Amino acid sequence: MTPPQSDLPTGNRPRSIWSRRFHQLGSPPFFYNLVGKLLPWVGALCALCFAAGLYGGLVLAPTDYQQGESYRIIYIHVPAAWMSMFVYLILAISGGIGLIWRMKLAQAVARASAPIGAAYTFLALLTGSLWGKPMWGTWWIWDARLTSELVLLFLYLGYMALQSAIDDRRTAARAGAVLALVGVVNLPIIHFSVEWWSTLHQGPTVTKFDTPSIATSMLIPLLLMAIAFQLHYLVALFARVRTEILDSERRSAWVTKMLAPS
Amino acid sequence: MGGYALFVWPAYGATVLVLSLAVVLPLRRHRQLTRELELIAMQRNRSQIT
Repeated sequence: MTPPQSDLPTGNRPRSIWSRRFHQLGSPPFFYNLVGKLLPWVGALCALCFAAGLYGGLVLAPTDYQQGESYRIIYIHVPAAWMSMFVYLILAISGGIGLIWRMKLAQAVARASAPIGAAYTFLALLTGSLWGKPMWGTWWIWDARLTSELVLLFLYLGYMALQSAIDDRRTAARAGAVLALVGVVNLPIIHFSVEWWSTLHQGPTVTKFDTPSIATSMLIPLLLMAIAFQLHYLVALFARVRTEILDSERRSAWVTKMLAPS
Repeated sequence: MGGYALFVWPAYGATVLVLSLAVVLPLRRHRQLTRELELIAMQRNRSQIT
């Protein structure tokens, strides 16, 4: 048997369905419409997860034997801290893709992610402070975990300042991507800070190779809240990236056609 | 909240506020921008007709 042969020159071979899907996803009008359609559904799912997580965390979960009721801050503090690092990773990856392949969509995702990540970082620091006061007796201490998380906030703010300082979008995206990639070094420092240096902050409870040292009735609401925060990131990202695309494509034919069909 | 209400509720309040703003503000900005661009496109259409 001879293998099936194609008459087409190599350059014109029909692309696989996945490759076509990927290229479609990279086209601004397609992505703009897709995200607009997904937004309400992801939003509804997000609200559902928040409702379940809050009910589980504030009503069903038992009181902690050491920290009393104050431990309930964990249900927002830990997801916010996880997201602060996750969104930074997305910022660096999409920034890198935008830098290497000049993909406009990746640049828009990076630009839209920064303020959301900054919001999570701010919440992680704020709720941590509100948890630290009754448990440690201080709002703030310059130890490794807290300081490296504060550095993360400054990385986000630096990225955002850079974006608003440079008028040309492509130059801003390139400069921001370099900053974001250099700042990645901070992520392992944040994660391992509680093991490398002595600190007031407790070690990891969930994200370690052992079984999590937390009761199941406390862990399930925490995971629900983590999913809710992930979905919240998607909703906020979708809303922001749509505005980004519309703004940067305002002169293109598809935007004009969509807004004022003549 | 077992004596910790002064710490727990502000933490939850701030989270609700920040997370809501992170969604509401860009949605509002998107609506404003859409309206703005619609107006520009309509004006351009009209000037082409006359």
